[in-house]
Amino acid sequence: MSEINLAPLTPAIEKFIPLGRSGLLPALHAAQKIYGWLPQEVAAEVAKSLRVPLADVHGVIEFYSLFYNEPVGRKIIRVCTDQACALKNADGLLRHLCDHHGLEPNQTTPERTLTIEPSPCLGLCEQAPAALVDDKAETNISLVTDSKVSRLSSKRQETFESAAYELGRPRSIVGGSLRLLTANCGNGTTSLANYGEYAALNKALTMSSEEVVNEIKASGLVGRGGAAFPTGVKWEGAANADGDQKYVVCNADESEPGTFKDRVLLLDDPHRTIEGMCIASHAIGATKGYIYVRGEYPYILPVLETALTEARAAGYLDENFDIEIRVGAGAYICGEETALFESIEGKRGFPRVKPPFPTTNGLFDKPTVINNVETLFNVPFIIAKGAADYRKVGTEKSPGSKLFCVSGDVAKPGVYEVPFGVTLRELLEMSGGVTGNLQSVLFGGAAGAFATSDHLDVKLTFEDLRAAGLPLGSGVVMVFNETRDMRDVLKRLGHFFAHESCGKCYPCQMGTQRQMEILERVANKVTLPDDAIRLQDVGWTMTDASLCGLGQTAASAVLSAMKLWPSLFVER
Amino acid sequence: MAITFLMDGKEITAEDGQTLLDAARENGIHIPTICFHEATTANALCRICVVEVEGMRLLQPACIVKAAANQKVQTRSERVVRARKTILEMLASTMDLSDAPEILTMMDEYSADASRFPDTQRRESEVKDDNPMYVRDYSKCLLCWRCVQVCAEDAQYTFAINFDGRGYETQIGTFFERTIPETTCVLCGQCVGVCPTGALKPKREFLLEQGMTPDQISVLNTGRKKRK
Ligand SMILES: Cc1cc2nc3c(=O)[nH]c(=O)nc-3n(C[C@H](O)[C@H](O)[C@H](O)COP(=O)(O)O)c2cc1C
Ligand code: SF4
Ligand code: SF4
Ligand code: FES
Ligand code: FES
Repeated sequence: MSEINLAPLTPAIEKFIPLGRSGLLPALHAAQKIYGWLPQEVAAEVAKSLRVPLADVHGVIEFYSLFYNEPVGRKIIRVCTDQACALKNADGLLRHLCDHHGLEPNQTTPERTLTIEPSPCLGLCEQAPAALVDDKAETNISLVTDSKVSRLSSKRQETFESAAYELGRPRSIVGGSLRLLTANCGNGTTSLANYGEYAALNKALTMSSEEVVNEIKASGLVGRGGAAFPTGVKWEGAANADGDQKYVVCNADESEPGTFKDRVLLLDDPHRTIEGMCIASHAIGATKGYIYVRGEYPYILPVLETALTEARAAGYLDENFDIEIRVGAGAYICGEETALFESIEGKRGFPRVKPPFPTTNGLFDKPTVINNVETLFNVPFIIAKGAADYRKVGTEKSPGSKLFCVSGDVAKPGVYEVPFGVTLRELLEMSGGVTGNLQSVLFGGAAGAFATSDHLDVKLTFEDLRAAGLPLGSGVVMVFNETRDMRDVLKRLGHFFAHESCGKCYPCQMGTQRQMEILERVANKVTLPDDAIRLQDVGWTMTDASLCGLGQTAASAVLSAMKLWPSLFVER
Repeated sequence: MAITFLMDGKEITAEDGQTLLDAARENGIHIPTICFHEATTANALCRICVVEVEGMRLLQPACIVKAAANQKVQTRSERVVRARKTILEMLASTMDLSDAPEILTMMDEYSADASRFPDTQRRESEVKDDNPMYVRDYSKCLLCWRCVQVCAEDAQYTFAINFDGRGYETQIGTFFERTIPETTCVLCGQCVGVCPTGALKPKREFLLEQGMTPDQISVLNTGRKKRK
């Protein structure tokens, strides 16, 4: 233990000391960069510097998957084993890699050269199978094996020579029938010079805060993060709330399995998010903004840093309103808005009870607007063109366009922008059609529901989907052809929620575990009598009684599968 | 200001701002609780107190939700009973309830079947006997959070304990699993006082259960003092 040299730590965490407890996650990230993991002495030093109780620092390290309190390899390979990658033999890939290095999953080589871990969805589903090798994305992985070496190889290198796609940065595959939000996506990062001036912000600054709020309200924009809450109403709430300090937070935690649109938006067009946040700050009177990016998107950070520097140089960000990037550390729950606040505040990502709501008691207990990346992408357009023009796209009740994350068994997986109102069939056709015969679509995400060929003509709008019992969620459309074993898909869903439950409330803490145990029996075809009833009781209890959206939706897809395919759940 | 509303069909008068739990208790309606405690900030995490409120999509935790005028509340509807019973059955398949008499009574009341969930991974843990004041047996821990709360801002500001792991693997723990004397713990005993199960137990009680006599225990205590 005495071999740990604390000298490099002090300069690395110095700048986080003034942040106090809120500097905890950034300081732990910085410390882990130096040591590879977080030894006790290092954690104690961070605690002392930031004046956070030792037990609390330990609690935080324990909560986040990407923080290690035991030695790990200097290189870490995280292989995604969630649904979309599983279709492309992710399990075989993980097995092969582990065998080659003489490891079991989650083990480290004796010399600490390498750790191999299975990972929840990495947000690279359209380029499955995928892995994160330290800070680099590896996509469309095929194993190159010769007598001596077995290494990950990414097809990207051969097919996409464009300088826009540096090693480690995934490419963006963007399609659809219109390009309003994705106008600048698909050709690498759009610099400020190419983005042009923040014309919508300049216009907003000539409007009163109330006028901006009213324009957003008139546009009918609702949140794209999953809850579909009217954005204008949210902004109005925060604008009217009392507070010496207010915040705008961009939710870029994007960890819902099957979701990858925000990754593409931030990598290719970061200024649109920043402009959207600036307009929100004007509307509510915020003096500080945060972009919370999931820890599994490290390659986005330099892109965002550069964009923020450009925006500062151009005078869009200054001491009246500036934006700080915060990085998550492996916890799906931190996408839930109040858990995200806790995480920025340097705590375990436990959701808070609501009410009170973020608009009055958000980040640091101050009035806060939190919006998804895609939601913010709509804002410059609405302000520049006006709500009336915006409403020309989409339907009366679902105005605008929507990004869908299409993955799985289709010919051309990717991000597809379409006006609200196209049908599922049309969307699948745009994506090159189903490879094989359609069995089902996981719609809306792990927290979503299954659709079948009966749903092909459902119009993709909030109102039509609600009527069909399909949640829009984060825009996930994951396709399974008839050769796929839905039991395996369900088992992975069960595993995901059990892994990601924060553990605060009983229904979800234990329910996600019981659900996983039963789904494992289902997958292994060793169900016990009455397992279907058990699964239902657990599912309904989680849905009805959980504290936050995670538990409330953890059984959503499972319960929909039980309705569609009851025979999967009984022993034969 | 007083408001009136319906609970289980009975008209109830409550103070504005009073919780449903409080109002129920004052009117002789029993709603079970596990995590709720007068001395700690309510986190509404056990969800055993959930009730059905007309017009609300989801069940509501009575320990924090405020009574509202003209509301219709059901404390024993089918959905409520299903949730409570399932939570209790999941607890029984997770932890050692032998030292939690209140939960066992609740299980009887809701006809909860302790073996409803077979073949589960149970939360097990070794008994930690590392200080002169109390013994910790987290196999019996309900994760009600009360001990962590009284050790921190709710009372003592000692911050000796926090959480290990997350989700189902959550457990109460110290900084890198240090023993209690190696932490900031001042042996105030507040955590032991609020623990609803035998997870935190005074050392003396633990030793008596182990079959030691009071005389043997006092010799043990003197011994400890001398060494200090
Ligand atoms: C478990 C869970 C995970 C979530 N993850 C995300 C996420 O990654 N990104 C996001 O924008 N919203 C996520 N949300 C929704 C947020 O809580 C919140 O509603 C959203 O950020 C609000 O922004 P919007 O109104 O623009 O959609 C999640 C919610 C839950 C319950
Ligand atoms: S529902 Fe799950 S994730 Fe949400 S608070 Fe409860 S345990 Fe945590
Ligand atoms: S040890 Fe006792 S007080 Fe602490 S969380 Fe467990 S059951 Fe609650
Ligand atoms: S990256 Fe593998 S499922 Fe999303
Ligand atoms: S007593 Fe209300 S949630 Fe625990």
